[in-house]
Amino acid sequence: MSSYKATIGIECHVQLKTATKLFAAVSNDARAAEPNTLISHICMGMPGSLPVLNGKVIELATKAAFALGTRPQAFSKFDRKHYFYPDLPKGYQISQFEQPIILGGHINTSVEGKPKRINLTRAHLEEDAGKSTHPEGANYSLVDLNRAGTPLIEIVSEPEMHSAAEAKAYAQELYLLMKYADVSDVDLYHGNMRFDVNVSVSKTEKLGTRTETKNLNSFRSVEKAIDYEIVRQSDLLDKGKEILQETRGWDDTKQKTYSQRSKEDSHDYRYFPDPDLPPIVIDEKFISVIENSMPQLPDELRRQFEKIGLDSSQAETLLYEPEISKFVVEISDSHGNKTAKTIANWVTGEIQHLVVDGKLDWQQVLTNSKSLVKLVSLVDGNLLSSTAAKEVLVDVLTTGSDPQAIAESKNLIQESDESALIMIIEQVISDNQKAAEDVRNGEIKVIGFLVGQVMKASQGKANPTIVQNLIKKLLGV
Amino acid sequence: MNNWPVIADIAKDVESGKVKAVDLVKEALKRIEDASEYKAVIANIKVRSLERAGYIDEQVRTGKKIGRLAGVPFIAKDNYLAFGADTTAASNILKGFDAPYQATAIEKLEAEGAILVAKANLDAFAHGSSTENSDYFTTLNPHDKTRVPGGSSGGSGAAVILGLVPFALGSDTGGSIRLPASFCGAVGMKPTYGLVSRSGVVAMASSLDCMGPLTSNVTDAGLILDVMSGRDPLDSTTIERDYISYTKLDIGLKGKIIGVIKEYMGDGLDGNIKANIQTAINNLETAGATIKEISLPSLPLALAVYYIICPAEVSSNLSRYDGQRYGYSAKDADTLDDSYELSREKGFGAEAKRRIMIGTYVLSSGYYDAYYNKAQTVRTKLINEFQAAFKEVDFLAGPTSPSTAFKIGENTSDPLKMYLTDIMTVAANLVGVPAISVPCGTSDGLPVGLQLMAPQQKDRDLLGLAKAFEDLNT
Repeated sequence: MSSYKATIGIECHVQLKTATKLFAAVSNDARAAEPNTLISHICMGMPGSLPVLNGKVIELATKAAFALGTRPQAFSKFDRKHYFYPDLPKGYQISQFEQPIILGGHINTSVEGKPKRINLTRAHLEEDAGKSTHPEGANYSLVDLNRAGTPLIEIVSEPEMHSAAEAKAYAQELYLLMKYADVSDVDLYHGNMRFDVNVSVSKTEKLGTRTETKNLNSFRSVEKAIDYEIVRQSDLLDKGKEILQETRGWDDTKQKTYSQRSKEDSHDYRYFPDPDLPPIVIDEKFISVIENSMPQLPDELRRQFEKIGLDSSQAETLLYEPEISKFVVEISDSHGNKTAKTIANWVTGEIQHLVVDGKLDWQQVLTNSKSLVKLVSLVDGNLLSSTAAKEVLVDVLTTGSDPQAIAESKNLIQESDESALIMIIEQVISDNQKAAEDVRNGEIKVIGFLVGQVMKASQGKANPTIVQNLIKKLLGV
Repeated sequence: MNNWPVIADIAKDVESGKVKAVDLVKEALKRIEDASEYKAVIANIKVRSLERAGYIDEQVRTGKKIGRLAGVPFIAKDNYLAFGADTTAASNILKGFDAPYQATAIEKLEAEGAILVAKANLDAFAHGSSTENSDYFTTLNPHDKTRVPGGSSGGSGAAVILGLVPFALGSDTGGSIRLPASFCGAVGMKPTYGLVSRSGVVAMASSLDCMGPLTSNVTDAGLILDVMSGRDPLDSTTIERDYISYTKLDIGLKGKIIGVIKEYMGDGLDGNIKANIQTAINNLETAGATIKEISLPSLPLALAVYYIICPAEVSSNLSRYDGQRYGYSAKDADTLDDSYELSREKGFGAEAKRRIMIGTYVLSSGYYDAYYNKAQTVRTKLINEFQAAFKEVDFLAGPTSPSTAFKIGENTSDPLKMYLTDIMTVAANLVGVPAISVPCGTSDGLPVGLQLMAPQQKDRDLLGLAKAFEDLNT
């Protein structure tokens, strides 16, 4: 089985971040709306209704083009794609077939530290269909047209990926690009990005018959569905059976793909230019205005994180929280790389755990970022041990109070006053004469034990570094 | 006979309180009732029209300004979405459809005080040249009840000539305003593509559909176009209107060059009609215009091109009538596919089905290039030829139709023969230029129409020429 080479191409529908629909002045945010409340005569395909393009979409598609390493086409147009389905009110979907708004482009990914560039075929604008639900056991289906007409940009890759890991890396990088370019809310849970994966396997240079598994809405399902298809197809070929060119679905509970529609049932979509919509013509001036106002993209941040001294796994963790990433970069500008790195360590370590455990959210971290910086400076200035800092962290980030005040109220400020420490150390040495003698005789490791005793005697408030230095001095080593 | 005063005068009398809008509406409704044997109208709008008239009279009483069409009753072809009665496009599939919004054109007319009193008959979905394709009934020609009024805006043409209302609205995809104007003896104006919004009019072929008025005189046509026209945020294909009013029609014939279209004056043209048109041309020449013969070599292909592009767009535009959200829905369907099939099978008439089949065929993969693409190529060629012609001449002239109104039933068994009725009108739609049909005498007692065309956006000049021609005859 392992001798088959898989070839994978991905089509991704990205929901564009607009207030209203692609062709109608109706709210686009269907998340909390009752079914069929965000509709107009246009969304319903009423007689005589005409589409009018939402201009914001051109701006977002232009940003998407730059995020994908290319520029938008100066001229593109809309076509009608015909098929009958109850959630497609006009009997056709308005899409771009012949002349899409983006041609070419690429995404740089990295798999196990190895960079890989995936080229793109195209990206085109289209409207989403409504949502059909088929209640269990009922002899009817329900249609909700709130989503009908939501603007999408469908990004089509070349078939240049060869493993589920590569495909996952592609999907993740596409996610980050759309997020940073501010093209989409990229809310995967609400289907803001839906992946269709085309998979084939072959032992030769000639590509095998491919299947398309549609509507995957998580990186995990992209990875799992591809892995499943590679195994399924390879098994079939090993048994001398044929692969059917077909559309498949993904069953998340069973972790399996299943056949939905074979090629024989495929539609003749009868594409033709939509006579209701003039072509999209974008002038160079508009393109350069967008180009000059492009937000920072992930690769640029990765370079900055590298400068700060973060490792790549920290960098990737931070990238999923753009606001936190921005904050870390700002700290490096204002407080230097050392503080920024400490902050990043906190953020990708303890804070990340607290967020995962639901004890904090990223917004609290951002709101109280000044207190976080102060907390880090207390640790750097030896006023607070790392352990003690962890203890006050949640308080600091949930209340925004002064970390020093919190630490003082909890009696956690480190004792760095030497005369006070010397008294404790002398007591510990006289109580542990054997250990002290060992240290004097060169068994330096034993210092650790003595430091521990001092910490204990000081109820954790002593600064361990200073304690160690003082013990050495007192014991003359 | 249309014995209404010119529209501007009606409005002035209402605005001044001399005439009551309510009385005008009652008069129109009575005339509609009296002429019911002609079957020009699908539905009356009694309640709403009388309410609006009462409101307008009340406004006049309190000294408020109404508008340029104050109290003027009108009829709209039943493919315009409007309140007060169902909008059916004369089809069974839209029977009982209560429009949730109004066409922009209707809104604009109402904003100037016009009052919609009825919806006119048409060939279902505007597919036809005679109203015989109406899913309900055929309208009779006001001049001869055994003949068709032309189509597809046949109800509108008949309504104007029967004098039911001062003006009616039509839609023109391949001649559907001009042909009934010609057959009934009305003025019918198809404006430049995009000058009047298509929003709220049941679409036939989106790249060809134009909305316009049918009136008893050119002056009224100018006023109605002036109110209807202009850029509409609800229709992306609309264009800015002329900044000069379409009521300023005093262009003068001196120095104007009129090209007589050679291809329209040859074989196949009825001899009497040819003589009528020739006389009209001679009169224009005598009045100071320069006449030239002009040839548009691709013109003979226009009908073929039209009957590819039009059905292609029709098949797409009619997809939405699937029995799932509004309109007729088959109740005896067991499955979704059955529901689609039965709803469309029973809801559409023979002509709609014919065009859906042709359109689906020409857009199918494998046939697209041979038909749709080739038709678009010829359409572009035709546009270029018209542009070249308009470098030589200011206007084009010819007959509106190769024949006068034909007998009811004469062409129904032969769709191709029916399609040939449009042979002289489709080019203006393919090219997007304005075209008007004005009465030009009679032949055996039946009206003949002179068709005039102008370059895109020269609608005012075109109306001016038509007005000058009209003045020569009165």
